[in-house]
Amino acid sequence: MTDVALPLLIAVPILAAVAPLFSSVLGFRAGWYAAAVTTAIEVGLAAVVLAAVYGGDRLVHPVGGYPAPYGIELVGDGLSAPIVALIAAVSLGVVAFAYTGGPRRNSFYSAYLLLVGGLMGVSITGDLFNMFVFLEITGLATYALVAADRSDRSAVAALKYLILGTMGASFFIIGVGYAFISTGTLNMVDLSARLAGSYTARPVLASFGFMIVGLGLKAAVFPLHTWQPDAYTYASDTVTTYISALVSTVAAYAIARVILTVFTLAFFEAAPLARWAVLTFATVSVLAGGVLAVVQTEIKRMLAYSSVSQFGLVVAAFALATPDAVLGGVVHLVGHGLMKGGLFAAAAILAATHGARTVDDYARLGYRSPVVAGTLAVLGLALVGIPPSIGFLGKYYIAVGAVRAGVWPVAIVVFFSTLLTLAYVARLLERLYFADPDAAAPVPEPSPDAPVADGGETEDTDHAGPASGDGGDTRTVRAVSSGMVLVTVLAAVVVVALGFAAPVFETLVEAFLGGVFS
Amino acid sequence: MIELLATRWAYATFVFVMVTGLYMMIASPNLVKKVIGLNLFQSAVFLFFVASAYVAGGSPAIVPSEGGGGPYVSPLPHVIVLTAIVVGVSLTAVALALIVRIYREYGTLDESVLREVTDD
Repeated sequence: MTDVALPLLIAVPILAAVAPLFSSVLGFRAGWYAAAVTTAIEVGLAAVVLAAVYGGDRLVHPVGGYPAPYGIELVGDGLSAPIVALIAAVSLGVVAFAYTGGPRRNSFYSAYLLLVGGLMGVSITGDLFNMFVFLEITGLATYALVAADRSDRSAVAALKYLILGTMGASFFIIGVGYAFISTGTLNMVDLSARLAGSYTARPVLASFGFMIVGLGLKAAVFPLHTWQPDAYTYASDTVTTYISALVSTVAAYAIARVILTVFTLAFFEAAPLARWAVLTFATVSVLAGGVLAVVQTEIKRMLAYSSVSQFGLVVAAFALATPDAVLGGVVHLVGHGLMKGGLFAAAAILAATHGARTVDDYARLGYRSPVVAGTLAVLGLALVGIPPSIGFLGKYYIAVGAVRAGVWPVAIVVFFSTLLTLAYVARLLERLYFADPDAAAPVPEPSPDAPVADGGETEDTDHAGPASGDGGDTRTVRAVSSGMVLVTVLAAVVVVALGFAAPVFETLVEAFLGGVFS
Repeated sequence: MIELLATRWAYATFVFVMVTGLYMMIASPNLVKKVIGLNLFQSAVFLFFVASAYVAGGSPAIVPSEGGGGPYVSPLPHVIVLTAIVVGVSLTAVALALIVRIYREYGTLDESVLREVTDD
């Protein structure tokens, strides 16, 4: 009966998204509470799915009782379960973060819950067209959330994201259409069986190309990343934390699904050029994203370009398509979500307490906000791939996969990506801890009575509830609660702890890998 | 080539409309025209799906109770297009809402002017 958890994962947040709007009509500000309860339920449901998959099950739920391939299937397996767990955990964490961090409007939480539902849908659907619909739900909610910041530029960034994101989704649906006219089915497992034998047919090749380019646009792989830095930079800090951790992640997950479940390894053997094209695309993204991140001065923009680089790594792992590399891709996908979410959250706290938004603003903040800066340092080093951390684990498996497959360029690029990541993280650390005290421009304390977040010494949580103040310009300096610091520290702890969880990931993904690499 | 156009004209139209929409999105500096281009692009995709379902002399897929009555037009692409139309309408609505806000804040819909204003 555990398969009932799958439709609930999608239905609960989408239905609950109505609650904040209703409470608006009645004049309450209950949005935060609705979001908190819903995401807590999601964590419970995700735990059920994760436990079942960890026990070796493959959960399948035919929606409405129509059997596949006629109906839509929801699938929980070794590839989707870690992503579902990531989405649920990050959603709960960001809601906790938003309690003081804002925005506090009810409408924000409606869009937020829709986004949770959309992300869950992309991760567990077993049907290609259904995946397109959930991608668009995710997209629509994300555009609205990016524009939810009241600053002028967020609307421009959101519109740019909308136009490019829609193009990506349209490319994906054209690819789905080509696959559909070649086979007459939309179910992923059924498609993979019917595609076998016609891999080199022109519609099938075109279908693969359209789908990868469309999803690559959504995942912000270089050179299709141009929407992403603006969207991350001009969205409000809470929104950036959430979308950086999850939205591109599910697009990269969708790439993995398309490559591994729909087209399978036999396709790569029949059309090796397709594999090389994806690998080239991904490795160029790793290097270009890394170089662009190094030259940025604004923190959020630097972290945004860093995502371009990391997603290149993930896509390369899935295109390598060896058991080690795929495991590494899944681990790095989860790890990147946690690390990048944590980094953006830490940057949000530093921006709120010190108004620090550029690398230079970070001068000697390591001594003024030791806890948050320490968290930032730990997460940054994890992103570089210093053990013990999930960042190391992911990169290690990808590198091992590349070496075992004999694809040396990718192995070298993994190494270079580590160097590039070190280059921009080290710049941050140098500013945080070793900046020349005299040269450090005195960062203006925006409001002298704003509590400084240095680890639980603030008593601000009581009067800074969601009812206080209205979600005006979220860019102004606000109070920071110890709860926000706690969530960020927790992210860092989880990132380090998961560095020891290699056997857990291996058990989780094992059954899925067994199916793919049989 | 001529034969292709004569027998596969629906697909040729799909490609033509799609590329036109794509070009509008890239080349037009006006934000509203970009959204129109987006709509054109999406309509081309709808046309592709509907064309792929067409069967010469086919009837709607409503099977009489005694069976037979074929050949039928495949109903699945039509369902897909219906859903995609709904998605497209919501996207257009969000895009236009954003454009209204941009116009209110910057007083322009021209992309190059907008870039100048925001790159200060």
